[in-house]
Amino acid sequence: MTATVHPDRNFKYWLVAPAIFLLLLIGLFPLIYSLIVSFMRIDMMDTDTSFAWFYNYKTLFKDSRLWWSLAHTLLITAVALPIELLLGLAMAYLFLEKMPGRQVFISLLVLPTIISPIVAGATWRLLFDNRYGPINQILGWFAGEPVNALWTINPTLVYPAIIFCEVWQWTPFMFLILLAALSNVDKSQTEAAEIDGARFIRTFRYIVLPAIWPVMAIAILIRGLDLFRIFDIVWALTQGGPGTKTETISIYAYVQGFKQFETSYTAAIAFLVVFILTVVCVWAIRRMGLVK
Amino acid sequence: MSGLPLHRRAGFRLSFRYLLAALLVIVFCFPVYWLFIISFKTPDEIFAFPPVWYPASLQFGNYWVLFKDGDAGTVWNSLVLASVSTFFAMILGTVAAYSLVRFKTGGENLAVWIISQRMMPPVAIVFPLFLLYVYFGWVDTYFGLIILYTAFSLPYVIWMMRGYIEDIPLELEESALIDGCSRWEVLWKVVLPMARSGLFATAVFTFIFAWNDFLFALVLTRTEVTTYTVQVTHYFGGQSNFWAKIAAMSVLGTIPVFITVAIMQRYLVRGISMGAVKG
Repeated sequence: MTATVHPDRNFKYWLVAPAIFLLLLIGLFPLIYSLIVSFMRIDMMDTDTSFAWFYNYKTLFKDSRLWWSLAHTLLITAVALPIELLLGLAMAYLFLEKMPGRQVFISLLVLPTIISPIVAGATWRLLFDNRYGPINQILGWFAGEPVNALWTINPTLVYPAIIFCEVWQWTPFMFLILLAALSNVDKSQTEAAEIDGARFIRTFRYIVLPAIWPVMAIAILIRGLDLFRIFDIVWALTQGGPGTKTETISIYAYVQGFKQFETSYTAAIAFLVVFILTVVCVWAIRRMGLVK
Repeated sequence: MSGLPLHRRAGFRLSFRYLLAALLVIVFCFPVYWLFIISFKTPDEIFAFPPVWYPASLQFGNYWVLFKDGDAGTVWNSLVLASVSTFFAMILGTVAAYSLVRFKTGGENLAVWIISQRMMPPVAIVFPLFLLYVYFGWVDTYFGLIILYTAFSLPYVIWMMRGYIEDIPLELEESALIDGCSRWEVLWKVVLPMARSGLFATAVFTFIFAWNDFLFALVLTRTEVTTYTVQVTHYFGGQSNFWAKIAAMSVLGTIPVFITVAIMQRYLVRGISMGAVKG
């Protein structure tokens, strides 16, 4: 394909140079800097730049608040991701066939996804208010008595609150992607299967799923990565509270860096996060068959 | 259901689908409605128990306060940062993608490296970046945030535009070259117009990414270029009498995105699905 096009010698490099320069400056340089700093012991009181090697990394293992924050992050991911996927898939099926006004419905359903996550969190904070918010009011109608649930304060209710907000915001994203994927599935195959008397589940498992899998896998990967670094929604709803009950890994790293000024330790946390993400990504990409 | 005649079954199914669709729209749009409606309420209506489902009259006092105090200017900051960084990311990303596709610059390795930058968690680099910005004096400047957002959008733009550019027939470029166009002219007059819908779709998402950013803006702005997302959280301070401000500020920050998406809607769905398909 390239054989017929002979680039003026350096033209192709000029095209990529600015992009690569920016990526190095904003992406790679801070990362390397971070790596070096993570081997030192710099904090607010102490700017000594001598190397302490793995001191911070050893501390990581003893830091139970860190592992709890990791567990909180995984909990949110493990619950929210399947819900978003299944609900998004069900919604995609609902709107797969033509129906008058379909486009209007789709446009309205996409609204939550295009709102800033911080605003989504703020909105749900208002909705969840125990006294002036509508959610307790609506629950009260069903319960037949006034409900006074402290959604963003009560330790047993904060996770449902966060996950509700998260699912509300991102299910439409899954829905849009899966709707596009389902629309591309070869109709004649699914119809043939139906005529042969195949049940919906079997048709889905053996015809539809293989067809939409490449798209679905990437959607899962994108959402999974985003969920792993969830910050805005939790920040707006609870700021990691009550106490440190809903502190995610991103919030913990932020607090260590910008509230406690543990420069070196924060760098070590950042590397733990990068390491985990890299491992998960490589595993997922291999496992999902995304690379040929 | 299988006992019913076919046409009645179809009618039944359609009304069932409408019912579900309406239900979903209510569930997904009610929070948005609530946010908008609070911004038009009087304090008495906001703090009424039981909650007031719609205000007696739409009043703009909450917005007026934001404009009077200058808080509304943060939406302008967001607008400047998001549009300028989108502009640069689109230019730099598209030409880089073109180079990757047509000349296989750097081979697969470079492409993979660029894409891998997308999975970088912001929280992992925000702290060293902060120190870097302090050193350069870029904290709380338009310049600092614009290059940050540009760089952060680049992997996405390159990834997306790669797919769109691959679809452009090579013959078109060749004939333009034979007609005496320079390489830059080919890029400008053939490739960019051909990739137009891809450019728009990608630009919408790039814009939204920069618009939605909270963490970087929280860390790297102080007073001069505060974005609206950071401004919203300034009202959180525990006191619930800031509700009107939270809502009004959020609505001000949401409207530009709604407008952008409404205008660009036909590119949007394609953008989302293409990005996923092309991988």
